[in-house]
Amino acid sequence: MNALLATVRRDILLALRRKSEVLTAVFFFVIVTSLFPLGIGPEPLLLKKIAPGILWVAALLATLLGLPRLFAADHVDGTLEQMALSPSPLGLLVAGKILAHWLLCGLPLVLLAPVLGLQFDLDASALGILTLALLLGTPLLSLIGAIGAALTLGVRGGGVLLALLVLPLYIPALIFGAGAVEAHIAGLDVGGHLSLLAAMLVLAAFFAPWATTAALRVALE
Amino acid sequence: MQWNSVGEFFAMGGYGLYVWGSFGACAILMVAEPLLAKHRLNEIRESLARERLADELDHQAGTS
Amino acid sequence: MGNHGRFEGCIGVRQSIIHWFRFASPQSFYPLAGRMIPWFWAAAAISGIAGLWISFFVAPTDAQQGEGYRIIFVHVPASWMSMFIYLVMAFWAGLGLALNTRVSAMMAQALAPTGALMAALSLLTGAFWGKPMWGAWWVWDARLTSELILFFLYLGFMALQAAIDDPRRADKAGAILALVGVVNIPIIYFSVKWWNTLHQGSTINLTKAPSMAQTMLWGMLLMAFAFWMYSIAVALTRVRAIILERERHTEWVKHAVE
Repeated sequence: MNALLATVRRDILLALRRKSEVLTAVFFFVIVTSLFPLGIGPEPLLLKKIAPGILWVAALLATLLGLPRLFAADHVDGTLEQMALSPSPLGLLVAGKILAHWLLCGLPLVLLAPVLGLQFDLDASALGILTLALLLGTPLLSLIGAIGAALTLGVRGGGVLLALLVLPLYIPALIFGAGAVEAHIAGLDVGGHLSLLAAMLVLAAFFAPWATTAALRVALE
Repeated sequence: MQWNSVGEFFAMGGYGLYVWGSFGACAILMVAEPLLAKHRLNEIRESLARERLADELDHQAGTS
Repeated sequence: MGNHGRFEGCIGVRQSIIHWFRFASPQSFYPLAGRMIPWFWAAAAISGIAGLWISFFVAPTDAQQGEGYRIIFVHVPASWMSMFIYLVMAFWAGLGLALNTRVSAMMAQALAPTGALMAALSLLTGAFWGKPMWGAWWVWDARLTSELILFFLYLGFMALQAAIDDPRRADKAGAILALVGVVNIPIIYFSVKWWNTLHQGSTINLTKAPSMAQTMLWGMLLMAFAFWMYSIAVALTRVRAIILERERHTEWVKHAVE
């Protein structure tokens, strides 16, 4: 457990030394969501209807933006190989890196979403559901994305390939995440959506670090 | 059998475009794919045969 | 006595396992595949002709969809094969990852384009069906949407393998991706279905023709069998090419091509 926390601390410290990388994804999220009203028109009813989908799609893309860097720097300077040889299990260290990625790329999106939701005329309870859904969904995006990041590590055209591999796997998170907010706006119960999102998160938390570790070992051979 | 004439068969009760479009797309792609696979196999075979020939010529040139 | 018999049985099992592993080497699988291909082509041709005969001349006109429903005879087999091939592909890829057998990884690689073709055919024929039945080439129907995502999964698998130069790494990375895909396919299918019912999807069900006649079912099964045999024949042809490409510097390949 200490190894996991040490990895998280190390990754966060490294990222804070280069703030621009973290901020890029956040600004991307803000800009993309602000572009849609400009492209579609300022009609409040329409914007309210498409808000959950837009915020979620923007969150998917913003998460994707940070993924190539998840293992790349450690791969280049040889840290990753040392991790693979270290006495603490690689799976634990990988889980730590994924957690750090979520804290740096996922959590800011969750915190920003309610503010951006105001642009789309969402009321307070809808904003609450949106935040809750993103809180459950963004770690899921980091976990699934880590598998793709490990598979495309050091591969030519890695960034575009990563998007091709990971985006189809993000669809269930998108459907239930955006669906929860839509259902709430329509006056339906959102318990089903959120519990399915939580179930997928638990499933991914078990399997994704393991698959990521396997993919990293392949990349390091 | 429900067709009275060849024309009726091709018209497919007004759905000709869709039915023949579907079957035609399948036919074209399912002929093209094996041909491409066969072409890939022949290509590597020919390249291997050329390599072998070059090796033999090298060998003859070396011994004579 | 009993022990003795069990001992011999053990040897028998052992020998048959060794026998099977012999075919797991590229060197012996290459000629074996070559001998099998014509048989699969013959099976595909016979069942295909019989299936086409039933689809056009035996199966009756549908009461609701007229002659338009005959698209079912290619649409459903293509959809079935696209899903089935992904499972088979993931199976061979996983086997290659677990046992480190080269041929099974090559088989997975050979199956992917055929699976992608089947998914593409399913989408294409789905569009040809949707236009007269729903009035639109594309409808966000749960099955069509899932099929589209499956098509993307095939593209991702092929792109990943194509992007990695080292074939052994490509095999292993592809295998992990295929296995992740297999775990995700039921989740994706379920979520798309949920999404579709929530947004009041179409009422006509593509894959269930109303009051399916017995002859229709037979036509569909024969066509599905033909598509199945076709897929095996093409995949075996492609795996032969892959074997030669990968093993081109070995001694046996030099003698295999006369």
